[in-house]
Amino acid sequence: MAEAQIKPLTLNFGPQHPAAHGVLRLVLEMDGEIVERADPHIGLLHRGTEKLIEYKTYLQAVPYFDRLDYVAPMSQEHAYALAVEKLLGIEVPKRGQYIRVLYAEISRILNHLLNITTFAIDVGAMTPLLWGFEEREKLMEFYERACGARLHAAYFRPGGVAMDIPAGLLDDIMAWTETFPALMDDIESLLTENRIFKQRTVDIGIVSAEEAQALGFSGPCIRASGLPWDLRKSQPYDVYNELDFDIPIGKTGDCYARYLVRIREVRESLKLIRQCVEKMPDGPVKTEDRKVAPPSRGEMKHSMEALIHHFKLYTEGYHVPAGETYTAVEAPKGEFGVFLVSDGSNKPYRCKIRAPGFSFLSAMDFLSKGHMLADTVAIIGSLDIVFGEIDR
Amino acid sequence: MAAPTQMQRELADYLSGQLDTELVEIGFVLDELVIRTHPQYILKVLTFLRDDSQCQFRCLVDLCGTDFPEREQRFDVVYNLLSVQQNNRIRVKVATDEATPVPSSTGVFPSAGWFEREAWDMYGVFFSDHPDLRRLLTDYGFEGHPLRKDFPLTGHVEVRYDDEQKRVVYEPVKLVQDFRSFDFLSPWEGARSLLPGDEKAEDQAEEGAS
Repeated sequence: MAEAQIKPLTLNFGPQHPAAHGVLRLVLEMDGEIVERADPHIGLLHRGTEKLIEYKTYLQAVPYFDRLDYVAPMSQEHAYALAVEKLLGIEVPKRGQYIRVLYAEISRILNHLLNITTFAIDVGAMTPLLWGFEEREKLMEFYERACGARLHAAYFRPGGVAMDIPAGLLDDIMAWTETFPALMDDIESLLTENRIFKQRTVDIGIVSAEEAQALGFSGPCIRASGLPWDLRKSQPYDVYNELDFDIPIGKTGDCYARYLVRIREVRESLKLIRQCVEKMPDGPVKTEDRKVAPPSRGEMKHSMEALIHHFKLYTEGYHVPAGETYTAVEAPKGEFGVFLVSDGSNKPYRCKIRAPGFSFLSAMDFLSKGHMLADTVAIIGSLDIVFGEIDR
Repeated sequence: MAAPTQMQRELADYLSGQLDTELVEIGFVLDELVIRTHPQYILKVLTFLRDDSQCQFRCLVDLCGTDFPEREQRFDVVYNLLSVQQNNRIRVKVATDEATPVPSSTGVFPSAGWFEREAWDMYGVFFSDHPDLRRLLTDYGFEGHPLRKDFPLTGHVEVRYDDEQKRVVYEPVKLVQDFRSFDFLSPWEGARSLLPGDEKAEDQAEEGAS
């Protein structure tokens, strides 16, 4: 019998595959069950956000940031708001900063709940997803009560937040933080020591600290490799330097370590939320500079000047002094940066969005080489990829 | 206003001494250190910034293009570097045009691979020696570089499913309504509004002046 020639198999993974977390088309060159090369094709969700922002005023650009990482919308607005504030040189009142940190941490829990549970479903555990999404629903209710939208908030604006939080919301958030840890314990009891879960994740997709830096990793993925790097600690923004929290790090840099880091981060975020609620000061929530933040409705009824300000802000917008800045925040997925170039007009000249998931996905070839096909699913799940921000 | 720290100032002095011939410009924008170099030196500068014990910028966080059509060398390639060890950031810029390639930095920073593909896709900046310089975000078979300032916001083609041919077809963009670009710049400080007939008055004023 003639010797059989085994051809390398090219496998199309996605774009419509539930484990691809969106519209990832992954072209895999397989040798049997082993991945030899992974070539992600992205851009199926490309909407030209950066181009559109160049044609909008600074305020009109805010909602585009919700639509990047739609799992944790407010964290993206945070980076943009900080970048514009830096160029404008304005300060946000303390209450505004505390509300932003409070909601940034709620966003982090929103994100990690989704990632941990969908990661679990990717490797075969169904129940955490159902439990996690119930809590996400409660958190999105807090979103809704603050800004009127469950997902696309447009709440963090340059100069502060859009409006003050309603009375009683802080008490409800506090009450929620009392009940939530029990659910995290339940999720952990199903996953952390689960034999199947560990078999699927331990020693899969290992990244060393050196490699993680070279590949441009950030967030939980770089911390899982053992680097204690968190922008909230090292380059603090808003009121993070007034709050007490720890940075959990992993040791092994594999999928399991990334999972563990996220689990610990949820608990740290909970600590931060409690502190924000306890320390929440009174006062205005956005800057008093009427050339940037609009006046209140009541003021407009009797002040001509307030009316003019309102009109000018919502037609022409504000002019941002010429300059440029790269401002980054620790979004739930990693370092989310905005490179903003202003030419002194009322529209951004250039707004480059640096999404953490972009670097993660570009490392896909490096991570999945030599692994089994089923392991690529675990790797994608552990990297926490959302296509809204990668394709932009 | 944000001001550079002592550490950043020292680094700036150190860099201007060490990279004397390579740097075109070094300075601060707000509190961020920005250096500018020539394309032929970019790899040397990046390698120095990565390996030098006082810099340790081992992480290329972001690489992007910017377009200034009025300049002779219209594109800027912007590298944002991060040093986890020193807790510091630096921005490196290189100017280029449509024809001049920039050496690819994938050998220095593996994360540059996709960023350079994106910059090529969006701006048409060519990176020489890039192992795999394909388009990244746009459609298969896309033409043009959409983030250039002279590329229209609406693009050139639109797609729809054709029921007769049973496939998706590409057609030139047909807008039912023109794109409405509102000019809200203040008449007192921004745009010059030309009223019909005004150009004559300006010509006369210039003649009178000369």
